[in-house]
Amino acid sequence: MFIPHTDSEREEMLKEIGIGSLDELFTAVPKEFRFPKLNLPPALTEMEVLAELTELSSVNESTRELMCFLGAGAYNHYIPAAVDAIIQRGEFLTAYTPYQPEVSQGTLQAIFEYQSLIALLTGMEVSNASHYDGATAAAEAAVLAYHHFRGKRSRIVLSPAVNPQYRAVLRTYMSGYAGLEIVGDEAANSPFTTIEELAKLVDVNTSLVVVQYPDFFGRIQDLTAFAQKVHEAGALLTVVINPTALALLKTPGEFGADIVVGEGQPLGIPMSFGGPYLGLFATKKELVRKIAGRLVGETEDANGQRGYVLTLTAREQHIRREKATSNICTNQGLMALASAVYLSLLGKHGLRQVAELCYHKAHYAAEKIGQIAGFEVHTDGPFFHEFVVKTPAPVADINLHLLDHGILGGYDLGKDYPGLENHMLIAVTEMNTREEIDTLCEVLQEYNHG
Amino acid sequence: MAEPTIYEISSEGRIGVRFPEPDVPRTDLPAGLERTTLPLPEVSELDVVRHFTHLSQLNFSIDGGLYPLGSCTMKYNPKINEDIARLPGFAFTHPLQPAETVQGNLALMYELQEYLKEISGLAAVSLQPAAGAHGEFTGVMIIKAYHDANGQTHRTKMLVPDSAHGTNPATSAMRGYEVVSVPSDSRGNIDLAALKELCSDTVAGLMLTNPNTLGLFEEHVVEVLDLIHGCGGLVYGDGANLNALLGVARPGDIGFDVMHFNLHKTFSTPHGGGGPGSGPVGVAEHLVDFLPGPNVVIAEEGSEDEAPLFDLAMPAQSIGRVKSFHGHFGMILRAFTYISMYGAEGMRQIAEHAVLNANYLLAKLHKTYHVPYDRICMHEFVMEGVFEDAPGVHALDIAKRLMDYKFHPPTNYFPLIVHEALMIEPTETENKQTLDQFAEALIKIAEEAHTQPDLLHSAPHITPIGRLDEVKAAKELVLCCWYPEQD
Repeated sequence: MFIPHTDSEREEMLKEIGIGSLDELFTAVPKEFRFPKLNLPPALTEMEVLAELTELSSVNESTRELMCFLGAGAYNHYIPAAVDAIIQRGEFLTAYTPYQPEVSQGTLQAIFEYQSLIALLTGMEVSNASHYDGATAAAEAAVLAYHHFRGKRSRIVLSPAVNPQYRAVLRTYMSGYAGLEIVGDEAANSPFTTIEELAKLVDVNTSLVVVQYPDFFGRIQDLTAFAQKVHEAGALLTVVINPTALALLKTPGEFGADIVVGEGQPLGIPMSFGGPYLGLFATKKELVRKIAGRLVGETEDANGQRGYVLTLTAREQHIRREKATSNICTNQGLMALASAVYLSLLGKHGLRQVAELCYHKAHYAAEKIGQIAGFEVHTDGPFFHEFVVKTPAPVADINLHLLDHGILGGYDLGKDYPGLENHMLIAVTEMNTREEIDTLCEVLQEYNHG
Repeated sequence: MAEPTIYEISSEGRIGVRFPEPDVPRTDLPAGLERTTLPLPEVSELDVVRHFTHLSQLNFSIDGGLYPLGSCTMKYNPKINEDIARLPGFAFTHPLQPAETVQGNLALMYELQEYLKEISGLAAVSLQPAAGAHGEFTGVMIIKAYHDANGQTHRTKMLVPDSAHGTNPATSAMRGYEVVSVPSDSRGNIDLAALKELCSDTVAGLMLTNPNTLGLFEEHVVEVLDLIHGCGGLVYGDGANLNALLGVARPGDIGFDVMHFNLHKTFSTPHGGGGPGSGPVGVAEHLVDFLPGPNVVIAEEGSEDEAPLFDLAMPAQSIGRVKSFHGHFGMILRAFTYISMYGAEGMRQIAEHAVLNANYLLAKLHKTYHVPYDRICMHEFVMEGVFEDAPGVHALDIAKRLMDYKFHPPTNYFPLIVHEALMIEPTETENKQTLDQFAEALIKIAEEAHTQPDLLHSAPHITPIGRLDEVKAAKELVLCCWYPEQD
């Protein structure tokens, strides 16, 4: 198996150490705690473990069998075969953090290219090497803003149309900073609060404003004027993005966003029940010394050959210890690589094509669902590939009915937004054929009549 | 020749992947919101495959050779893990699917929670945290939530040994704690007298890595825990070095209150060039309600012929959500696979052979290199990369020269309490022949340090690139291939 020692080798090694048995290696462990009996199932061979887990996996109903109209932060996209072929290469898969640049140029250049692709996609100047996911990237933006103003600005304005899980994680992270108030997304406010209303909450005591684009409900709006108002108050603007949408839409960079964060999962990463994903984090050059996480920079060796190294490491925990503003160490290296390969493969034309397919199909679906009696599509403006549908019955009931017909229905917004009971968030991607959308509509219609 | 960047091989009009034409009517794009340029590369699939294959060939990896990075547990990552993580029934499930459609996922997560409880001797586990540092963050939040719930808000200090990883003090500071450093004694243990002095009712807890970063088992662990518990503090166990304790000792039995596991170290999930990791957190009985969530619970007990019904639930006084969804499921699958293949006896064999390998190397090297704490070590040990009679040579030079012998260098300059530290962790998956070759290389390098020091100063010689100018990188700060406005 994975322990290669033969009996005779073990003996030789013990002899070299000068002890008689393996047990003697552990005399420092208090006797009363030494060698507990563990109650674990008997060891399986590779053949057995594959059989058992294949069977367990088949207990699930996956989106390979179900027609998926569920999004809400994780999206069903096509992943070209080359992505997985590359990230399964042992040279990438089984390397560690590139602390020794001479033997890690592959990882380093790949991260450098990832940084470039993300900066250019978001319209920002720099990207770091990744955070754990979109939610923790948003939380790190709040930490950055807190330190940017040296803790002197105590307000964070959070749009209720930011992914509820991101808002929850941001609150968890910021709970350690005394005297902070987070406003904007209170249950009393309408989930559809306009950005004009949100702007009224921004004052000179505000460190950070967080909005989402397209927002959690799929809506898109121009943020130029809003960004201006945020900046007039001297605050920083963070925009949570969906990277696929940015192939089609004006970038947050064009609006003047200070920080762009988002979930990189749509860029070639399987949904895998929620992780591992990829936290995107891009910003302006002027904030680069304040960001958390790893950064790769270009440089050269003594012969003038171009190479890459981890740079500005003096910001990080292993150097600054308790003075570091973040403890991040391991990030999502391999997932960043997957997204770099995906963005390279799809390139300028492919990513735009995917974004357009999502857009057209979602609009087709919205149009058709809107025609079903009892279902009402919330369309108060442009949207990307998700939209809100008011349903004639609780969403859970409808989804049960859809499941009977092999359809994974939309997200139940009532779970996060009191007042949005009977509201479903439907996502459509390039993976949904017209036939699937038509089937969805037929089954919804049938539900209504049934 | 350096590998060009993906932008440098881009050629206008080239297509990598095609997608079907829309099978629905087109809708007008939103007026005024449309992007005009999309500065992504234009390359073919073969361009991409070759480019990234070339890049991969510039990397050192476990699959390629010994990677004895202390404190990183660079053990072999079984290939079956990758196949399991890609089973369509797992890989293509959406995190927000109704629980009844993902009972396979939930059952497996529940079982892994149970396995980790059994291995650690703790009462409950959350699989949410994304990495070791994220687990620490979660654990320290739990400590704070516990004290706050008990009205102990005056506990403002976190004790951290001077040998600890940087993440320990950084995490404590993030949660608003004053970090107080605890010195080590001459045997590499916590200095008990100094610790006694620091104990008071202002102490929230102690963050203890055991075995510590010197690779030594804390010989006074019982006394240390008693002291902290005696003054009302909690003890956090940094699980970075759990590989040495599998089936050897359970932190929960010893009295640790909370700890994190590194699935990417101890349980063989690949390091991926710096992640993704996975850092589940386990807690003792009195902290169960404070865990982050949601975690997997049994909603309806099963029977002889029926599996239980699993669901996700938030603990009663939870510190909240620490990330989206339910943790790094792909890593959870891999770790589960690994534990399944070892079983209880296998767990102990992992620790025994990891410790055997480290002590074997230590025995082979301690006459050539100075080992400041020279006693039986656990899964790793720390030696000094410096010689009194070869003053120009540093740990860094030895590390770089090792690359010429086709080994990855050990961790260097950490822990900070050892001068010119070289921290070596071979792991249990290395065979005796590899260890012999590694020891021989280090002994040869020690000789070279005296006879041909320049060979070390100019090392490495056989790598794709030489030592890089880090000052230039930080000064010029080129972080992106190109900017559109420069074109």
